[in-house]
Amino acid sequence: MSGKDRIEIFPSRMAQTIMKARLKGAQTGRNLLKKKSDALTLRFRQILKKIIETKMLMGEVMREAAFSLAEAKFTAGDFSTTVIQNVNKAQVKIRAKKDNVAGVTLPVFEHYHEGTDSYELTGLARGGEQLAKLKRNYAKAVELLVELASLQTSFVTLDEAIKVTNRRVNAIEHVIIPRIERTLAYIITELDEREREEFYRLKKIQEKKKILKEKGEKDLEKRRAAGEVMEPANLLAEEKDEDLLFE
Amino acid sequence: MAGRGKLIAVIGDEDTVTGFLLGGIGELNKNRHPNFLVVEKDTTINEIEDTFRQFLNRDDIGIILINQYIAEMVRHALDAHRSIPAVLEIPSKEHPYDAAKDSILRRAKGMFTAEDLR
Repeated sequence: MSGKDRIEIFPSRMAQTIMKARLKGAQTGRNLLKKKSDALTLRFRQILKKIIETKMLMGEVMREAAFSLAEAKFTAGDFSTTVIQNVNKAQVKIRAKKDNVAGVTLPVFEHYHEGTDSYELTGLARGGEQLAKLKRNYAKAVELLVELASLQTSFVTLDEAIKVTNRRVNAIEHVIIPRIERTLAYIITELDEREREEFYRLKKIQEKKKILKEKGEKDLEKRRAAGEVMEPANLLAEEKDEDLLFE
Repeated sequence: MAGRGKLIAVIGDEDTVTGFLLGGIGELNKNRHPNFLVVEKDTTINEIEDTFRQFLNRDDIGIILINQYIAEMVRHALDAHRSIPAVLEIPSKEHPYDAAKDSILRRAKGMFTAEDLR
């Protein structure tokens, strides 16, 4: 990627037109990509802000959920082992949908409920209300976390997309366009030089012709003076024609 | 893609996992493998890493929740991982949330001005 290269092409008027068209195309492309990069960066910043807010909120929600867990443990005893053993089907699952921003598809998570609560009977002996509150808190936490996960994946995907787009913009701006401009300049200089050469050649030929002509005339003068030259008959001059018998 | 549901996995201490199971995310798949891991004091880092990688390879898991102090232990495995499934760091009872250690926010280090405004 040195700074001096240009596209190897035979310099002609058509090549010049082609290069001009290519330059125009490269500039349009660069502007479009810049716009895309700007749109993506805007969305990126929005998402980042949202992520930070949501994370702080999540910290608080988790804390509250942990408190209610401690409360429930205090009232209902240690139900952790029971809960862990009784796992069979999940009630909360997530779906991945695609969202589109300026041509980039972002995955978005959406949670949905399915089936019944397998822990309905857990708090039946004691601490049922604390357990219910606990379940609600953690359900809320799960919803928030699903949203956070969506934001996070969008964040990462956008980050990659922005890097790629910026790389392309820079490539066009610093490599492609200068290369085309150099080629164009080269073609123009070649064409100009060729014109100058043509011009020079023509002038030289004219000079040579002039010299030859002058030389020819001088010769003619000399021969005329020496009387060797026969003037060809002039049809337009009035003279007696010998072939006519009756005049 | 919208039809098949994906699961939420949890890697955390006993309290965290219990709480989330009560929230309704726990499931055993066909081979009786759970989508959660309870990390105790004697769980080795290798076990945690193995389970994490297993979760990554399973295609029915969409999100992995992991306690932040555990995430610290397997930070290298976390950082090498990219997008699907999403990995979320959550605080635990003893270790409240620390934004500086979150692997996602660290990637956006240059744009932390929004954070400073809080």
